[in-house]
Amino acid sequence: MKLIVAIIRPDRLNEVLEALYLAEVRGLTASRVLGHGGETERVETYRGTTVKMDLQEKVRLEIGVSEPFVEVTIKAILGSARTGDVGDGKVFVLDVEQVYRIRTGEKNEAAVTPAVAAN
Amino acid sequence: MEQINQADTAWMLVSTALVLLMTPALAFFYGGLVRNKNSLNTMMMSFVALGVVGVTWAVLAYSLVFSEGGPLLGGLANLGLAGVGVEPKGTIPHVLFMAYQGTFAIITAALISGAVVERMRFGPYVAFIVLWTLLVYAPVAHWVWGGGWLMTRGVLDFAGGTVVHINAGVSALVAALVLGTRKDYGRQAVLPHNVPFTLLGAGLLWFGWFGFNGGSALAANELAALAFSNTFLAPMATLLVWTLLDYFRTGRATAVGAATGIVVGLVAITPAAGFVSPGSALALGALAAFPSYFAIALRSRTRIDDSLDVFAGHGIGGLTGALLTGILAQKVWNGAGNDGLLYGNPAQLGVQALGCLSSAAYAAAMTFAILKAMAFVTALRVVPRTEGVGMDVSQHGEEAYASGEGSILIHPEMASSAPEPLPAFTPQVAPR
Repeated sequence: MKLIVAIIRPDRLNEVLEALYLAEVRGLTASRVLGHGGETERVETYRGTTVKMDLQEKVRLEIGVSEPFVEVTIKAILGSARTGDVGDGKVFVLDVEQVYRIRTGEKNEAAVTPAVAAN
Repeated sequence: MEQINQADTAWMLVSTALVLLMTPALAFFYGGLVRNKNSLNTMMMSFVALGVVGVTWAVLAYSLVFSEGGPLLGGLANLGLAGVGVEPKGTIPHVLFMAYQGTFAIITAALISGAVVERMRFGPYVAFIVLWTLLVYAPVAHWVWGGGWLMTRGVLDFAGGTVVHINAGVSALVAALVLGTRKDYGRQAVLPHNVPFTLLGAGLLWFGWFGFNGGSALAANELAALAFSNTFLAPMATLLVWTLLDYFRTGRATAVGAATGIVVGLVAITPAAGFVSPGSALALGALAAFPSYFAIALRSRTRIDDSLDVFAGHGIGGLTGALLTGILAQKVWNGAGNDGLLYGNPAQLGVQALGCLSSAAYAAAMTFAILKAMAFVTALRVVPRTEGVGMDVSQHGEEAYASGEGSILIHPEMASSAPEPLPAFTPQVAPR
């Protein structure tokens, strides 16, 4: 089991979700975050005040997957989040000690296997 | 002998301010309907018309519409406002007449922007509305109001159903087709980012429209009161019918639907306001909901990305209003008008149709020509990557809802070492 954490551009989120869906990766958490990855600074001006936007809006995805899905998930994200410009983001792959599904108490592999609707 | 009437002047001063307010109102109406990242750009497309179309009007367009000329275009007698003073024009000062009519030119150009939002570059948009005001608005306004050939034929257009709404609606459709769809159109949900803005805009538009229609009597008299009351009644009926259509088709009465219904009702009553009875205005408002409602429903299933449905709202709404004017008009309510089909003069409907068709055809052809000619010189839209980032940052270097988190102040003395602002235009040029 791995936890895949991906930091991506907000305007690529839809493409990434689409790619993950096509790769049959189900279940993820997304959050809006601020970050900086060495891209060119953006300059904005308000009432004569010029500011450099050092932190840019990014989206952070967290996906817990079982071993067979690790490569698939990474490939889907790399393929869909890339624009080729600095600032496309990162994918981190972390080892996970234990996973529980709260609803059923299922553990580990079973907990990250998509639930099948009962009826 | 023309003489200034003080009551007329007072009402027209107020009306001019009311109509001018409609352009910021439109900015809110449109601004709420687009995504967060494009909201400032969308609102700026309306606000910038206050500047560039207003100046174009004063310098050249006013003369082309209202000074003595031929059946197709006015003359150059009032070029640069020459000869526009406080002398009477009708019963109000000439300069006030010029200002009042200018507010119409401004909002008409701004209306088109709803079809090209979220993708058209700001510079080319500004150039387009200037050219459009001179080459499309000025001739058509002259035909109908300035003594041109449609006026001679007896087309009834009280406050601009043809000149403003059909003209802008058809031009918007053509502009949407020439520019092409947004990159996300039909691929992912593109939702309004601030529906309260849209409701605020619809409310302010209605308020301003009392000057638009009520002021088109150019006097503070019975006719103004009739147009004012019809502007009060018709959108109420449209709002009611639109909401019922929403309810019966989707099971919910939507806020965006309510805002749209109000605007469609206002558009439809515009040509009729001073020619029909208040009862007819209610009927006209109710009927006008149907064509526009279904046009919007159908349009969103096509590949035509008229993003904010300018054609369905203003084009179809204006057409419905202009034709119903030819059916419901009554001479007993306005002696300067004519009877419509229901009151024994079927020919009026034909005249109305001629007015609609000729201005629609002209607007479509000229808009196509202007945009195609511009596309030879410059790219009209941003590249998909820039579309993804959003038009606010790329075109204006601002955000609608900037948090300030993570931003660093650049002091003027540091300015030489500061990074250059992202150039809004040059590097994002799409291959033609």
